[in-house]
Amino acid sequence: MEIKWYIGLAVALFCTGVVGVLVRRNSIIIFMCIELMLNAVNLLLVAFSKMHASSPAAIADPSIVSNAQIFVFFIMVVAAAEVSVGLAIIVMLYRNTRSVDVNFLNRLKH
Amino acid sequence: MGITQILFWGLSVLAIFAAIMVVASKSPVHSILSLIVVFFAMSGHYILLNAQFLAIVNIIVYAGAIMVLFLFVVMLMNLNAGSEPQKHRMLQFAGLISGGCLFLVIISAISETPQAAGNVMIGTGNSGLIKNLGMVLFKDYVIPFEISSILFLSAMIGAVMIGKKN
Repeated sequence: MEIKWYIGLAVALFCTGVVGVLVRRNSIIIFMCIELMLNAVNLLLVAFSKMHASSPAAIADPSIVSNAQIFVFFIMVVAAAEVSVGLAIIVMLYRNTRSVDVNFLNRLKH
Repeated sequence: MGITQILFWGLSVLAIFAAIMVVASKSPVHSILSLIVVFFAMSGHYILLNAQFLAIVNIIVYAGAIMVLFLFVVMLMNLNAGSEPQKHRMLQFAGLISGGCLFLVIISAISETPQAAGNVMIGTGNSGLIKNLGMVLFKDYVIPFEISSILFLSAMIGAVMIGKKN
């Protein structure tokens, strides 16, 4: 399988996430679109690491192929921590305004 | 066309369709269920790439823990399609256009580079197995691993502090 199809898939998923962030006003959906973008990047990292698995440097030292998958693992760790704090903020927002509409947050400007 | 290529295209179409459903569906619960479908398709891609550990972690952490947390919050707030805030039609159209422009720019920029021409060997290699990943994680990346535990502790304290009633 050529790498360009993986790049196309990852870019399509990432841009779907970007469109979701721009189009929706529900803060939970915006948060889920950020997760979608993180996942697109994860897929691209794993695909590139498999592409370089047949390069001479990777054949000499096989552990460098695992590095990208460790990166993906850490991205998942950071995403899990981010979700716990972000959902706490959204619950707090809902408790104060009785809504999850991000437009209510424009009062933070004042 | 082999079985892996059929699986690749099937999973890709499923992932993109479910991602569009995440953005397009009116009800937040349907969005979350579509996102779970995206994560399962991603796990299928990881298995095709012989990254079994990431596939399992993706299912357990994302589809299992994070999405249940989302679903729990949505059910707690009792959100449904009727109370969904809507942006103005023109703003939605502008967001769609700018996202499509981003897609076109990235695709056209990447299609010119010589680095983006290569083959991904599907279903070969053992770098994604738990044994090899564990050796790398606990030899070369043990300091970031410990730092991430501090990150989790601070995230937990932060979530409790934010969510506390005052």
